[in-house]
Amino acid sequence: MPKLKSLDELKKLREQLQGDIKARTDSSTTITVGMGTCGIAAGARETMHAILAELESRGMDTHVTTVGCIGMCSKEPLVDIQQGDEPRVTYGNVNTEMVPRMIEEHLVQGNMVDEWVVGRVEG
Amino acid sequence: MNTSKTQKHRADLLVSCVHDRAPDLIPALEAEVKRRGLEGEVKVVEAGCRGFCSMGPVLLIQPDGTFYVNVQPADVPEMVEETLVKGRVVERMTYQEPSSHACALYEDISFYSKQHRIVLRNCGMLNPASVEEYIAVGGYEAVGKALFDMTPEGVIEEVKKAGLRGRGGAGFAAARKWETGRKAEGDIKYVLANGDEGDPNCFMDRALMEADPHSILEGMIIGAYAMDAHQGYIYIPYEHTLSVKTMRNAIESARAYGLIGEDILGSGFDFEVEVRVGAHSFVGGESTALMHAIEGTVSEPRPKHIHTTEVGLWGKPTCLNNVKTWNLVPEIIGKGAEWFASIGTEKSTGTQVFSLAGKINNVGLAEVPMGTTIRELIFDVGGGIPNGREFKAIQIGGPSGGAVPASLLDMPMDYETLEEAGSMMGTGGVVVLDDRSCVIDVARYFLDFLKDQSCGKCSSCREGIRYMLEMLTNITEGKGKMSDLEVLERMGKSVKISSMCGLGKSVPNPVLSTLRHFRDEYVAHIEDHKCPAGVCKALIEHYINDQCNGCGLCLRKCPQDAITGEKKELHTIDAEKCIQCGVCFDVCRFDAVGVR
Repeated sequence: MPKLKSLDELKKLREQLQGDIKARTDSSTTITVGMGTCGIAAGARETMHAILAELESRGMDTHVTTVGCIGMCSKEPLVDIQQGDEPRVTYGNVNTEMVPRMIEEHLVQGNMVDEWVVGRVEG
Repeated sequence: MNTSKTQKHRADLLVSCVHDRAPDLIPALEAEVKRRGLEGEVKVVEAGCRGFCSMGPVLLIQPDGTFYVNVQPADVPEMVEETLVKGRVVERMTYQEPSSHACALYEDISFYSKQHRIVLRNCGMLNPASVEEYIAVGGYEAVGKALFDMTPEGVIEEVKKAGLRGRGGAGFAAARKWETGRKAEGDIKYVLANGDEGDPNCFMDRALMEADPHSILEGMIIGAYAMDAHQGYIYIPYEHTLSVKTMRNAIESARAYGLIGEDILGSGFDFEVEVRVGAHSFVGGESTALMHAIEGTVSEPRPKHIHTTEVGLWGKPTCLNNVKTWNLVPEIIGKGAEWFASIGTEKSTGTQVFSLAGKINNVGLAEVPMGTTIRELIFDVGGGIPNGREFKAIQIGGPSGGAVPASLLDMPMDYETLEEAGSMMGTGGVVVLDDRSCVIDVARYFLDFLKDQSCGKCSSCREGIRYMLEMLTNITEGKGKMSDLEVLERMGKSVKISSMCGLGKSVPNPVLSTLRHFRDEYVAHIEDHKCPAGVCKALIEHYINDQCNGCGLCLRKCPQDAITGEKKELHTIDAEKCIQCGVCFDVCRFDAVGVR
């Protein structure tokens, strides 16, 4: 392992390493995937993997987590996006192909993808 | 290497307390995660101590914050299936708040939400074996800040402005010590970390070394820079094998990154540090005794009219601080003196880690701002007294501290206030006593402990402890005289003033403080031959009252066969056979056993 020769090198190393502990540090954005039996049957695991891959390729500071059945089985896989104090937005029937557009428009540009939204809850 | 800020795994499983309690837990979790095909998606982390001793092993799942207690290998398949695959909480594994209901989330648990964790900031959050995880949270950047942006005097000034007081017990101003060390003449100087925690029921230093070793090293590097020292030692008792292993591993991995050794971060500053292991004793944590131990001689104190900051280890200027003090230094340098000074009280800044033990629901380590009241610590963070019993006192500051009674529950805990109450902060050991604990018996217990810990150099300490112990033993056996109280008080005061080291000076505290706050209990023992708490065996008698429904449980449990009675009829205790062990009292479900 190379010895660190300056404070800048240390800070650069921190940048490289922070993904390893990101799950443990704060993030203003959380994406939650419904993982009830119905969600898993409808492909929630694949959707979650696609979300993780998309976020990683964009290097985004976002938490991904799972919850049990939300009770809207026909709309599974359900994905919630919570940004700061904004209302929580729920997307329905999210398959792997929808993930890049959802992340691009909602998280990067800051516009909800209206036609896929099934609900909004005030935070 | 990836430079992404995205979490690499969708969940980190932070597992604590596995070393003693569940060595098989981590292998079981890893195997189950693999079996369910969650590898690469979920990471199992062996994290250090999370401080919730009564609930261990504990498991925190991040980023969700799901918190499970008493986790055993047998729980793993269900937990992985429910929580990791299906996203559901396993209710039966969550923490039950003593006062209310189940708490699934870490942040909702009052034991944690009411703490202010600075010393313990990384404990249970990071893998102590990984310097990379420490670097990922900004570790060693305070060293960089000190070396490149600050002068040694500037570092000392910052620590002074923060008001940092040594966390080893006496609460001496850290900056003053450093300043003397800096000004002391000498080409060789040393910095030492004291990890010889001696109080019974205290376990914070050990937990810190095991959970966050790099914060201690980082503080030592900054301190060494401030004092122009280039060699450090960390003294750890040999029994604390995991502390020794973790600290040594931390030193090696920091050295590999050039964070310890020559030319740290290209600054031109050199610093070496090594772990020294020695015998464990109560007096061994005293600064001069500890230096003797590192030198390889008998671990006994010497007079300190010449300060160790001028003539210390091997006769060189030496600055010794507790591991918790060193741990706070990077935070103060990183976040600034004003931030630190804004926490706590004016004279006692920052936080204090307390180890909660005895008759309290949440046994463990709790860190709160200085000046927090005893009530907040015991009832809000500590969850109150088990089995609905009544709070009587806390013995704070270890064996050399003193008892603080219930009437002072709303007293803020800081160095000065505790001393005024006849106790002391010490390293923050708290033993909680309820109405079934006898304060005289507790004072006797501590003297019995100290009797073996006194090095014997000063006759006042060596003989004083023995005489006071003898008198207390007599009182607990009903053989005391009222005149003993005055003798105890006088003897306690003279031991205090005529002993050389901190041990002797504080030895009489348990006796003097209980005499001050619980004199009526002493009188009850001596004049009425009664132990109000029902503890001192020579003075109590167990009996069965008419609540007894003859269930026969006490009869079966009695080790002396002293209980007789027909089924469904009132039982009786044969006073001749009874040894007052209290088993019947503990097992009875109908409050039918009394003590008089």
